[in-house]
Amino acid sequence: MDKNRTFLALDDISLDIEKGDVFGLIGFSGAGKSTLLRMINALEVPSSGEISVDGKNLASLKSRELSSLRKEIGMIFQEFNLLESKTVFENISIPLILQKRNKEEIESRVNDMLSFVGLEEKALAYPRELSGGQKQRVGIARALATAPKILLCDEATSALDPETTDAILDLLRKINERLKVTIIFVTHSIRVIQRLCNKVAILEHGKLVETGSVIEVFSSPKSTIARAFVETVIPSRIPDKIRHELEKYQGFYKLIRIYFHSENATDDVIYQINHSLNVHTNVMFASVTEIQGVVLSIITLQITGDEEDYIKATRYISSKNLSFEELML
Amino acid sequence: MTDSFFKMLGISQDQLVLCANQTLYMVFVSLFLGSLIGIFLAFVLVLSRKNALKENRFVFSVTSYFINILRSIPFVILLVFILPVTKAIVGTRIGTTAALVPLTTFISPYLARLFENSLLEVNPGIIEVAKSMGASTFEIIWHFWLPEAKGSLILATTIGAISLLGATAMAGVIGAGGVGDLALTYGYERMNSTLMLFTVIVLVIFVQIIQSVGNYLARRARKV
Repeated sequence: MDKNRTFLALDDISLDIEKGDVFGLIGFSGAGKSTLLRMINALEVPSSGEISVDGKNLASLKSRELSSLRKEIGMIFQEFNLLESKTVFENISIPLILQKRNKEEIESRVNDMLSFVGLEEKALAYPRELSGGQKQRVGIARALATAPKILLCDEATSALDPETTDAILDLLRKINERLKVTIIFVTHSIRVIQRLCNKVAILEHGKLVETGSVIEVFSSPKSTIARAFVETVIPSRIPDKIRHELEKYQGFYKLIRIYFHSENATDDVIYQINHSLNVHTNVMFASVTEIQGVVLSIITLQITGDEEDYIKATRYISSKNLSFEELML
Repeated sequence: MTDSFFKMLGISQDQLVLCANQTLYMVFVSLFLGSLIGIFLAFVLVLSRKNALKENRFVFSVTSYFINILRSIPFVILLVFILPVTKAIVGTRIGTTAALVPLTTFISPYLARLFENSLLEVNPGIIEVAKSMGASTFEIIWHFWLPEAKGSLILATTIGAISLLGATAMAGVIGAGGVGDLALTYGYERMNSTLMLFTVIVLVIFVQIIQSVGNYLARRARKV
């Protein structure tokens, strides 16, 4: 590439991540999410704009101050990045050695971390003797050895199989809940966001497309890319068989999809529509999923009958604070 | 038995031991000095290269050209070319110790290139981990880079040692002695092919030992 041409990896992004959040950054590869993550500990520096961590503007820090801030921020990686020449114990002790802790302190801290991640018996093993999940546990123990307030995760489960991924995500939840560590997790997998995060930001081509609480984004995805991501965990495509039947249908009808979650699904919305309006609802299909203890049901309805009353029905649904969308065949 | 053996070779046992000692002295002292200079130059290169920790185009180019220039001079020529430098450093132009100057000058840039390769082989992710932990450049080198490159650095040093062994044969030009010189002056010039064959065998044994020890140490460093 031309040396003088600059590549804009991220453009006009404004995000607030609060203490205690498990914040997911999701996007396809090349979206700029890893670059954004690396800006938080200044491994990458933005060409313009400001990054503040814990109230400190990163650009204003001297290299020593930056060094000490970095010690407050742990980081784990897709490829684990463990030192192959050192044992598990030695790997975890490195950040403590860098902080000039004494030997006894290092030993007890490393042993604590080993038992926290469940690898006590692997202390003297070398990384190549470990499975992927075990390597990431070592990575996590190393990142947390100095008791940081923030843990950055760069595609930390992307090299793991689904079962191991779940185990690592459970461990990260435990870290967030018990150790009160703020977690920022970069991933291309919406499944990870669904299982782990409370907030999410969706990036596309370096731009922030959508952000909000995970339940918000899952129950009312606004952008096309957000819909595409949610679709992969909560299927909403109309099955072909139903599609064929609908194609044969004569007369007025509309298809709408309503997002219910356990916090707004108390009213008997569908019953009310059927009884007070001159329309009939017909459930075409539905899917149910659980996110962070909230049950999200997505129901696709065929509404037949009077067009005017259909409009009333949609107003009624809106008045109940339910998000919905009209579908085309 | 030994007497008749040395009679056959045409030299005394003391002479052989002296030559072997001279060779080992030249190889290991210049290997030691060359490794220190080589690792320093290698780190200058990997730290100043593009996108590295201390990117500096000027330092990188100057170091790189300097290494290339030294490496383009054939050793026999280097040996006599830097005689004034040798004189300034060790006070004499000839002898085994005097040979250390050209030998070190010869091996340092060579080792620098080999070490540079070894250091570049280290997973860049390791350097990123180190940075994310807030490590200083020195800490990155000491706690991350060197341990991870250790096995490869040992193998590179082994290659350097074997190259030096070859170079010491030419050091006879400035009266440095050694097994190679023995082969040339007593073997070749006196048409003593028995001695020639014998010195070749000695050199083969030296190379085998150096390589085996190097492999063993590298294996141990890599924990394989």
